[in-house]
Amino acid sequence: MKVTVDEDKCCGAGQCVLIAPEVFDQREDDGVVILLEPEPGADQHVLVREAAAVCPAAAIEVSEEA
Amino acid sequence: MSLNEQVLSYPIPNDTALEPPAEWAELRGTCPVAHVKLPSGDQATLLTRYADVKQVLADPRFTRQLNAPDAARLSAEGGGVFNSEIATIIPDGGEEHQHWRRLVGRWFTAKRMAALRPSMTAIAEQLIDDMVKRGQPGDLKAGLGFPLPVYVICDMLGVPAADRDRFSYWSDTLLNLTRYTQAEIEAAQGEFFQYMSDHLAAKRAEPGEDLLSELIAVGGPEDGGLADIQILVTGMALLVAGHETTANMIGKMVSMLLADRSRWERLLADPSLIRTAVEETLRLDANSGFGLPRYLREETEVSGTVLPRGTTVVCSMAAANRDESAFEAAAEMDLSRSPNPHLSFGTGAHSCLGQALARTELQVVLEVLLRRLPALELAVPVEELERVEGLAVGGLRTVPVRW
Ligand code: HEM
Ligand code: HEM
Ligand code: SF4
Repeated sequence: MKVTVDEDKCCGAGQCVLIAPEVFDQREDDGVVILLEPEPGADQHVLVREAAAVCPAAAIEVSEEA
Repeated sequence: MSLNEQVLSYPIPNDTALEPPAEWAELRGTCPVAHVKLPSGDQATLLTRYADVKQVLADPRFTRQLNAPDAARLSAEGGGVFNSEIATIIPDGGEEHQHWRRLVGRWFTAKRMAALRPSMTAIAEQLIDDMVKRGQPGDLKAGLGFPLPVYVICDMLGVPAADRDRFSYWSDTLLNLTRYTQAEIEAAQGEFFQYMSDHLAAKRAEPGEDLLSELIAVGGPEDGGLADIQILVTGMALLVAGHETTANMIGKMVSMLLADRSRWERLLADPSLIRTAVEETLRLDANSGFGLPRYLREETEVSGTVLPRGTTVVCSMAAANRDESAFEAAAEMDLSRSPNPHLSFGTGAHSCLGQALARTELQVVLEVLLRRLPALELAVPVEELERVEGLAVGGLRTVPVRW
């Protein structure tokens, strides 16, 4: 799984960090998303998909190829 | 088309406290772009499908400029606080809005919220202890739902505990336009403004760890920060935006979970469901208020219908959240539903800034209630719960419980 985030779209709602804190973080100074783990391990896949699905800004893109 | 021709009155009347009006399913199915008449008598266009609501909320052509001369007025009296100073002092669109959100948003990160958890838990435990001391049945709304969000915001703003109850009163008067006289509302607004001016001056002299001190520390507009008046109004706006919404949601969440006690028991057996259960109650909240109005600056199409420029659109997130084409078994409460991309906090650039805070508060309340009062149950039949229409969100008048 490959994850990308679009910082310009992100509205800093922090949904992704609440769901998958091992993969996402937020910048201290403005709350914009930081991608900690662009290729998360299998144990994170369900959470990452959930984070991408619920991100209010559609700022998280997940591609499933290995 | 039948609904379309008779022009539905909006908000759609609903006598049940927790169930959706039957019209939602009908509108989603046969009339997704419906003409409705608002309390002011003006016409608007109601959207009820998930895909449409999501598209419109994320599309900047649908603006929040409901003060445009040809925009529909929501009610005859005008829109209250959202039409007043708050709306003009905090920029509502474009780069300036983005700038404001980023300055304030740094305080609402998930990490900050995790750090606030212990003090939130302590507040919830204290309030529940007090409620238990007063004896049963108790009103969970007055005892827990109403005070908790105010106490949390006061902590964030660096307001001492001794002044919390004044904040509750101010927030209540600003939002409940019908319960107080005009003189009471004006007096409360004046006192609140004066308190915040003095509070801000004190923070400037002696900065703390709170949100206001940090906004001051960034500097004025020339340094990329906010003007004093903007900082002050931001503080007031956060109280107003975060109080009634969260207070009502606490009451509705607990009522929904107790309405069918097997839900409560499932959570007792597996508290790891708390997070998804909170999301599911947000999704199924049938009494979430007006929905979000938007004003259309240019002609656009939604679900194959052309909307002319100047249309006022009302997005019903609560109806969209029950759309079968977006959620499997949409009418069912599934405490482990995941993902749950409900629209209760809006979506896109304007989506709720406080959503991480609101979620954390709801999770903490549920966690503490399950732990402290596992025998909790509604003290009246569900049919006797009474709804109130708030200005921004709907809620329940009281939530009588036993434990
Ligand atoms: C700091 C918080 C908020 C700010 C800065 C804000 C800003 C605004 C602005 C600028 C408008 C347009 C008003 C106009 O053009 O006259 C507006 C309208 C509106 N907002 Fe907000 N908003 C906030 C929080 C909320 C919340 C929490 C809700 C609901 C849960 C909400 C619901 C509405 C509604 C229903 C309207 C249209 C009603 C009206 O115009 O009176 N807002 N808001
Ligand atoms: C369950 C509780 C809550 C619900 C259902 C809720 C819902 C909403 C909704 C639907 C909006 C979007 C308004 C729009 O698109 O025009 C909004 C905006 C907003 N909310 Fe919340 N809210 C809640 C709690 C909070 C809390 C606790 C805070 C902060 C203390 C907060 C602060 C705001 C702010 C500042 C905005 C305006 C965002 C902007 O204009 O960019 N809300 N809320
Ligand atoms: S959920 Fe989306 S909008 Fe929110 S912080 Fe994460 S990437 Fe940004």
